[in-house]
Amino acid sequence: MLGKKNRGIDDSRKDNTTHSELTHKTVILNVYRANARKDDSPRYDTFEIPVQRWMTVLDALLFAKSYSDSSIGIRYSCRMASCGSCGMKINGIPRLACYTKISELSGGRTITCEPLSNFPLIRDLVTDFSQFFERHKEMAPFIRNDNANITDETMLSEFKQSPKDVDQYLQFSYCIKCGLCYSACPTVATDTRFPGPQALSQAYRYYADTRDNSSIQRLNIADDRHGIWRCHFAGSCSAVCPKGVDPALGIQLLRGHLMGFSRNEKKIAELRDPVSEQ
Amino acid sequence: METTREKNDSRDNREGLKGWLNPSRYGWERISYWLQRLTGVFLLVYFVGHIYETSSLVRGENAWNAMLELTQTPWGHIFLILVIGTSTFHSTNGIRLIFTHAGKGLGNPERPDYPYHAMSLNYRQKSGIWVALILSAIAMLYGSSVLFGGE
Amino acid sequence: MIGMLKEGQIMKIHYITGIAALFVVAVHIIVRLITPSFSLSLVYENVIKNYHNTPYIILLESILILVAIHGFNGLRIILLELRQNKPWEDGVAIFTIAATIALIAYGTRTIIVASGLGLG
Repeated sequence: MLGKKNRGIDDSRKDNTTHSELTHKTVILNVYRANARKDDSPRYDTFEIPVQRWMTVLDALLFAKSYSDSSIGIRYSCRMASCGSCGMKINGIPRLACYTKISELSGGRTITCEPLSNFPLIRDLVTDFSQFFERHKEMAPFIRNDNANITDETMLSEFKQSPKDVDQYLQFSYCIKCGLCYSACPTVATDTRFPGPQALSQAYRYYADTRDNSSIQRLNIADDRHGIWRCHFAGSCSAVCPKGVDPALGIQLLRGHLMGFSRNEKKIAELRDPVSEQ
Repeated sequence: METTREKNDSRDNREGLKGWLNPSRYGWERISYWLQRLTGVFLLVYFVGHIYETSSLVRGENAWNAMLELTQTPWGHIFLILVIGTSTFHSTNGIRLIFTHAGKGLGNPERPDYPYHAMSLNYRQKSGIWVALILSAIAMLYGSSVLFGGE
Repeated sequence: MIGMLKEGQIMKIHYITGIAALFVVAVHIIVRLITPSFSLSLVYENVIKNYHNTPYIILLESILILVAIHGFNGLRIILLELRQNKPWEDGVAIFTIAATIALIAYGTRTIIVASGLGLG
């Protein structure tokens, strides 16, 4: 099951296992600089950074911030593709800076770092995620099950879920809300009401979860003029996702249920006997 | 003061039409999206023109022949060959999209593992794009042989 | 009309008209190519003869309706994604319906008049 190699998937753009040996001792970092609160014209500042073998773009940016210009605005945290903070456009493609090794980038010595598109700019490489999070909240991203009593302590229980049940939604739960998919999506580029791939794939994550029994409401949220139907399977979201969430898959599967192609009655997880009765 | 709704609907830093116009960054599915849109708009324009040009029939034989003089020219034939190619691509890719939009041919969810390749971007559905392009090329070649080859 | 339908219903119509249009357009092209040949099929008399053939004019009318609905709905989708405010969305809906009806009416007029025309 793990590490399947023959799925016939071509994703060499973000195959971190292919990289070239560094042929230069330094790289040129072009960093987008702008302050949304001031009316300064945007510009690109250039920094020459000495590189070592496994250096990431985030390492290069922090080097520039430490030794050249401490005013570079950049968001980062875990440095291991777990928090989703350092999303930005690197050479035109949305990527996590901590997860992008300099050696895997093509395009010579120059690396261009720009803020994620489709997010309002705050400053330099930092963007505003509030609309992104609002779209996510619109999908009611939590389990809804009116059979589960969560107010009476004596009735506390747990759902029965098999590993197979978990596999139906697990990959979508790995989303780190980095926003790369939202930045890559061509519909988000023009449609301000479109929830975006992240929100819609989370709609499927909760739809597919057997613990949730509000499927009809979830489908109704997605079935909107600017909802799931504005996805056209351009696949860019899945192409850039760093965690294998594959939002495009979730969205098409949800649409299949909406279209009536996937008619299987949804299995609803049973509740074990309450703890007090065991 | 900016309301929450205005902030959420902000166009600030959105790629806009530029986001549609460059299909090269994200793989074949993005190219197919771009081509499907382009061919769809082109075919709609052609369709409206075609309904108009065929309406010259009701004005009699002279009007019909005058229309033919305008359209049965080398440039007219080239345009028609383009129409043949775009309609073949749009139809074939459209059928592929109907299946993929319904979640068919994309595989099933499973536990992701490094290097986190996306299941939905598999060759099974991706090859549909290539088939559409190849069929479109074949149709254009056949159309050329009929229009320029003479009978 | 569009306001009364859910987007899911509109999209189902879009998919169905797309598939159906593919078949009828394919038949239309094959007929042009083989009866008797493409270049002869454009001669005025042969064109008028086709309009006296009832199954053929039913085919043409089907193409008109299916392709008009599919095409203008596709345009509606593209236009809806470009701007999102009530006047624009209402305008797009009205334009789509009006354009579809106008094109179908114009094409149907051609079919009706042509089917009543004599030969040569």
